[in-house]
Amino acid sequence: MRVATELTIPSDLGEARRVQELIEEALQASAYTEHDIFAIKLALEEALINAIKHGNQMDPDKRVLVVFHVTSERFDIRITDEGVGFNPEDVPDPTAIENLERPCGRGLLLMRGFMTEVEYHGRGNVVTMAKVREAST
Amino acid sequence: MASQAPRRRRLEVEDIGDIAVVNFVDKKILDEQNIQMIGDDLFRLVDELGRRKVLLNFGNVEFMSSAALGKLITLHRKLQAVQGKLVLCKIAKDILDVFKITKLDKILTIYPDEQAGLQGF
Repeated sequence: MRVATELTIPSDLGEARRVQELIEEALQASAYTEHDIFAIKLALEEALINAIKHGNQMDPDKRVLVVFHVTSERFDIRITDEGVGFNPEDVPDPTAIENLERPCGRGLLLMRGFMTEVEYHGRGNVVTMAKVREAST
Repeated sequence: MASQAPRRRRLEVEDIGDIAVVNFVDKKILDEQNIQMIGDDLFRLVDELGRRKVLLNFGNVEFMSSAALGKLITLHRKLQAVQGKLVLCKIAKDILDVFKITKLDKILTIYPDEQAGLQGF
């Protein structure tokens, strides 16, 4: 049975931290490996910072909606901000030689690197991510 | 006494010969303000204290996000500009993936442990 947890938080990095802790507890309760938990936490950190800083521009009146569910097979999350959105294809490739030394722009790349699926929707203010659980050894 | 909040120490710096060996106090390198202060402390080593060889030991670090990577790149460039060198060591396997995915392992010098790192200058 899939039970989704839905949270709405203000554009506050401290609140984002609480969401991360809640999700980490849920993953630990489902006995996800440390490796998977690290991957999900990292992708979550990047996605929430993107939503709060770049999406909502830290506007305290704007909120971020987080819906996630954890099953024994996979973790799914949808993060929605109230920003104007963006086109992920417009983000310069941070691994291109000419961009390697740029100090920012790696969040999206890390989300894609650590998660099984990452997809932006609508005007780019909604991101869904999934991580298929690795086998425990 | 100019700052509003008391600054807590975020780095432990030990001199081994002419190499500044830096350990991170925090297990998690997160939050913009925190990363900003870590960056300021690292840049001070080069800009004010004139250090030219810096070895960052990540042995204590369990988690870091992309925001910290920018500071490492800036430190790397600052040292390159003065013919110095930045070496990283003892990075946990999961965090090493952060460097590999972003291909920063191609521009930063990374060794598995501190001893190898000290010999990497």
